[in-house]
Amino acid sequence: MHSFILPPTKTVADLTRAARERILILDGAMGTQIQTLGLDEDDFRGHGGQCCSFHSDHPQKGNNDLLILTQPKAIEDIHYAFAMAGADIVETNTFSSTTIAQADYAMEQAVFDLNVEGARVARRALDRATAEDGRPRWVAGAVGPTNRTASISPDVNDPGYRAVTFDDLRRAYGQQIRGLIAGGADLILIETIFDTLNAKAAIFACFEAFAEHGARLPIMISGTITDASGRTLSGQTPTAFWHSVRHARPFSVGLNCALGADAMRPHLAELAGVADTRICAYPNAGLPNAFGKYDEEPEDTAAKVEVFAREGLVNLVGGCCGTTPEHIRAIAEHVASYAPRQIEETADA
Amino acid sequence: MHKPLLRLSGLEPFVLTSDIPFVNVGERTNVTGSARFRKLITNRDYAAALDVARDQVENGAQIIDINMDEGLIDSKQAMIEFLNLVAAEPDIARVPIMIDSSKWEVIEAGLQCVQGKPVVNSISLKEGEESFLHQAGLCLAYGAAVVVMAFDEDGQADSFKRKTEICARAYKLLTETVGFPPEDIIFDPNIFAVATGIEEHDNYGVDFIEATRWIRQNLPHCHVSGGVSNLSFSFRGNESVREAMHAVFLYHAIKAGMDMGIVNAGQLAVYDQIDPELREACEDVVLNRAPNAGGTATERLLDVAERFRGGAREEKKRDLAWREWPVEKRLEHALVNGITEFVDQDTEEARLAASKPLDVIEGPLMAGMNVVGDLFGAGKMFLPQVVKSARVMKQAVAVLLPHMEAEKAGGRDSAGRVLMATVKGDVHDIGKNIVGVVLACNNYEIIDLGVMVPPQKILEEAKAHNVDVIGLSGLITPSLDEMVHLATELEREGFDVPLLIGGATTSKVHTAVKISPRYTRNQAIYVTDASRAVGVVSSLLSETQRQGYIDGIRSEYAEVAERHERAERAKTRLPLAAARANAKQIDWTGYEVPEPSFTGAKVIDDWDLAEIASYIDWTPFFQTWELKGVYPRILEDETYGEAARNLFGDAQAMLQQIIGEEWFGPRAVVGFWPANREQDDIRLFTDATRTEPLATLHTLRQQTSKRRDSPNLALADFVAPAGVLDYVGGFVVTAGPEEQALAESFEKAGDDYAAIMVKALADRFAEAMAEMLHERVRRELWGYAPDEAFTPEELIREPYRGIRPAPGYPAQPDHTEKRTLFDLLGAEVATGVELTESMAMWPGSSVSGLYIGHPDAYYFGVAKVERDQVADYAARKGMQLEEAERWLAPILNYRPDEAAAVAAE
Repeated sequence: MHSFILPPTKTVADLTRAARERILILDGAMGTQIQTLGLDEDDFRGHGGQCCSFHSDHPQKGNNDLLILTQPKAIEDIHYAFAMAGADIVETNTFSSTTIAQADYAMEQAVFDLNVEGARVARRALDRATAEDGRPRWVAGAVGPTNRTASISPDVNDPGYRAVTFDDLRRAYGQQIRGLIAGGADLILIETIFDTLNAKAAIFACFEAFAEHGARLPIMISGTITDASGRTLSGQTPTAFWHSVRHARPFSVGLNCALGADAMRPHLAELAGVADTRICAYPNAGLPNAFGKYDEEPEDTAAKVEVFAREGLVNLVGGCCGTTPEHIRAIAEHVASYAPRQIEETADA
Repeated sequence: MHKPLLRLSGLEPFVLTSDIPFVNVGERTNVTGSARFRKLITNRDYAAALDVARDQVENGAQIIDINMDEGLIDSKQAMIEFLNLVAAEPDIARVPIMIDSSKWEVIEAGLQCVQGKPVVNSISLKEGEESFLHQAGLCLAYGAAVVVMAFDEDGQADSFKRKTEICARAYKLLTETVGFPPEDIIFDPNIFAVATGIEEHDNYGVDFIEATRWIRQNLPHCHVSGGVSNLSFSFRGNESVREAMHAVFLYHAIKAGMDMGIVNAGQLAVYDQIDPELREACEDVVLNRAPNAGGTATERLLDVAERFRGGAREEKKRDLAWREWPVEKRLEHALVNGITEFVDQDTEEARLAASKPLDVIEGPLMAGMNVVGDLFGAGKMFLPQVVKSARVMKQAVAVLLPHMEAEKAGGRDSAGRVLMATVKGDVHDIGKNIVGVVLACNNYEIIDLGVMVPPQKILEEAKAHNVDVIGLSGLITPSLDEMVHLATELEREGFDVPLLIGGATTSKVHTAVKISPRYTRNQAIYVTDASRAVGVVSSLLSETQRQGYIDGIRSEYAEVAERHERAERAKTRLPLAAARANAKQIDWTGYEVPEPSFTGAKVIDDWDLAEIASYIDWTPFFQTWELKGVYPRILEDETYGEAARNLFGDAQAMLQQIIGEEWFGPRAVVGFWPANREQDDIRLFTDATRTEPLATLHTLRQQTSKRRDSPNLALADFVAPAGVLDYVGGFVVTAGPEEQALAESFEKAGDDYAAIMVKALADRFAEAMAEMLHERVRRELWGYAPDEAFTPEELIREPYRGIRPAPGYPAQPDHTEKRTLFDLLGAEVATGVELTESMAMWPGSSVSGLYIGHPDAYYFGVAKVERDQVADYAARKGMQLEEAERWLAPILNYRPDEAAAVAAE
């Protein structure tokens, strides 16, 4: 791995041009939409519906990513709905499509297909939408944090212990990213980062996969500030986090999940003050209520996100947990009149 | 808004902005920099080790350097474990980590453990571009900044030119080929020790500072760092002076652009608060200025330093955690680490607890020495360290001995009894002593008969002590014949013990061809170096392995001998007449060389020990201790570096004593005579009229068949024939006879380490004197190169005009020529150096030779000679043929005992 001087894909230039003109819109919560479908175990497994060629004795209900293979039409429709609501960038339903995360469902063998098909399903939905209104849209291959942490011990009595190593993560992410690229993802979105070391393994895997691919896809990086401490779960401040991931030369860096837009704002402002790249924010629809539901109406969320735009903090916005196509439509409308945050164009953009 | 600044992070960010003049990297979590931390890690006391890290951060370290490069621990595993634990301590993990190792795999393991943006310390072009680019690419992929050492395929950069060239090359590769952000590059242009007394080191401070300035001005956005404590290496023990030197150095280096460094903050004086006199002396040394007070900067600082010698160091107290351990572990620790300080009281404590004193030797002491033996065998300890361990062992045994005699306890069970001797006529014993010490460390009982031991004594003592192995050592070529003779005697007397052969002049071929066939009852075995001795002896004494081992040696030697015979047969040798016809033809027409400033011999007695020391070539010193590498690079060597640094430190300390307390009385004599070549000989005349012959120097001619244009050389070829006014010189130098008494007194005190050290240093002094005297001859005494100006470092490569071949060495392998030289110089009276019956010089730390001044003269090897030349040579020397053959035995290309038929051809 001698050189990182790879040619950028065409998407880099297209996205750069689009982001210079306006604040770009990301989609909302896939999980929230899936919940509304009220699927049962058979639906998840695909019995009677689409056939899934992978078998596991483990119950699959709740394995949302598996729906790419067992309920592809439903997933495509959700992507389509977000696209038509105004999303320029739509995330694949592959948040947990790594061998490490799928181990919970004993579904590791499906991982490569999940990623390839996840990208294809999203691509089909966006092509349908573009056929209708002519607007370009991009598929973001979603790379989640997995359910293990490389820099935190799960055993309080043994702080030096690690349940997963950098190399475990690098390999698992490498497989996922290769699948996403094979399926036609336009960019890679490393998101909901609560342990930066996990994200660094994903970045490393991107470098390796891009070198094989012969071209550099845009990378979006999104951390998660878990609570009022203003730090990631693994303890980093937003600036420290930025320094840790800056070597990825990402298309954007930002925050998502865990907090509503108002609680996220100061941390986003810190990041916007230090990062020499685009800033992306996709908060939850407020905080979950006692039933785990998000109460913020589309207009509420959109009004708060509008603050980001008004203050010149952001280049991309969208929604995380609890945000529906209606939330996205409202957000898109609210930020439409604001100019994107000014950044010094990086030389490679 | 976004200047390309170095941006690092732990849990919190760190940005090297322009209002931070200097980043102090904490070095207390570095096992190579902190004895305390090393011990904590070795003992896996991670809780206390974390406290060390925490203290550093609390005391303001902005970055902490973590280094686990220690031979006794699994560095990679220690790096992983410690970094994982640091990650769980938010008050430590908040600062960025500098992952420090000389091993890439340790660095990479570290990179996989930190979520922040760390600094890698270090990578370099040492192994070439391929490996550099690979590692740099990985550093970028892991998201790390990187320290780049000014080190390339040719070694570590010491001059301004090399430092800047290497850094510029690395910068270009990193930024253009790898795509590395320039602000993430930190150059380390190597801080070396100054004020070492070695002139070539004097400019090291300036070279670093100026290289720093150049780098910061010419390589945009990058940074400069360095390990500051190296600078004051020669003032170890004098902390106040070291602190002042560091402060002064940093003051100037920071102004030049050094913006990061590994400094013990507790070991740093405030520039403005340093005593003005001391500060000026430090400044003279750092900036290589001539002091106002006269003398050299180093001398000046040495003078001033004594007055500022500080009190006891705090560190000492902390180091003593091991004193809390049980007595057995304390003894083991003392043995492994070579610490004599507490061994008397610990041994006494162990003796009182044991039922008899012998149990202490066979119990904890042998257990400790076994650990030493294992570590040495595994390449984790090196000779100088093992010899120090032996010193501890001897001291402990000395404590027990009186009690054992009182109780009349029987002899202890040793692994075997080894007789060692340097053979008759030879005085060199450093190697033999080292082998003895190493074997003693492995529980062999050593009976050392010393030097110049006649064969009869070896046979008697071997019988009297019923030894299991005999080891012979020799440095000069006549010793080879002594060994053959001794092998014959062993056979005749019916001995049946293995015979070990070692020493600089010995070889596997000689042992296989000449010695082994004479001793068929058991086996003669060539031992390359001390590190092999234990394996060889234990195989030979093992009931189960012995026969197989000896069989293996026999078949190997048979093959070596056969191959040797074949090779020798294949080499065509020229008859002497043909070789002479192909002598080197120097065109002497118009040749003029100045007349030396005097004719005859002259004693040189104005020697200054400190000046001699500055001429020392240290590389052979390290070879003596079986540390292989070139000085000064060996000090940074991955494998030997630590052992080499410690050895060098001990050597420097003794050197200071040698100089300060005038341990040696160096003496020399030098002479010049009108001289002309006659055939293969050199005629010397009493005076300029060249009418009265004084003596003849005989030389030997190469008889190997040469390629076209390549002459068959004899030393005489470099001297002008009659009709041209040429001269030849000669010299004998010695560090003095004092080394012998010094070594003996150290040995008596049980300190073999110091005994070997003083001999090794005496050898270096003699060689340095020869180099110095030769320089003086060229510039002044003979004066054919009055304007020559090489530094001592340059002299090592012999760039100068003329040679100083020594009798007994390859260009003139006949040791008896030393007799002529000594008589000409009156050397025995003038210098006290005597010749033994084998023509070895005593004391051993002596050097002799001829001076030949022609610009085309060079060193060569005579190699093997034929019977026709030996007969001719013997006649010229007025020697019996048999006597000449005995002296030239190692270079005879025929067997004297075989019929002389072939020579007639």
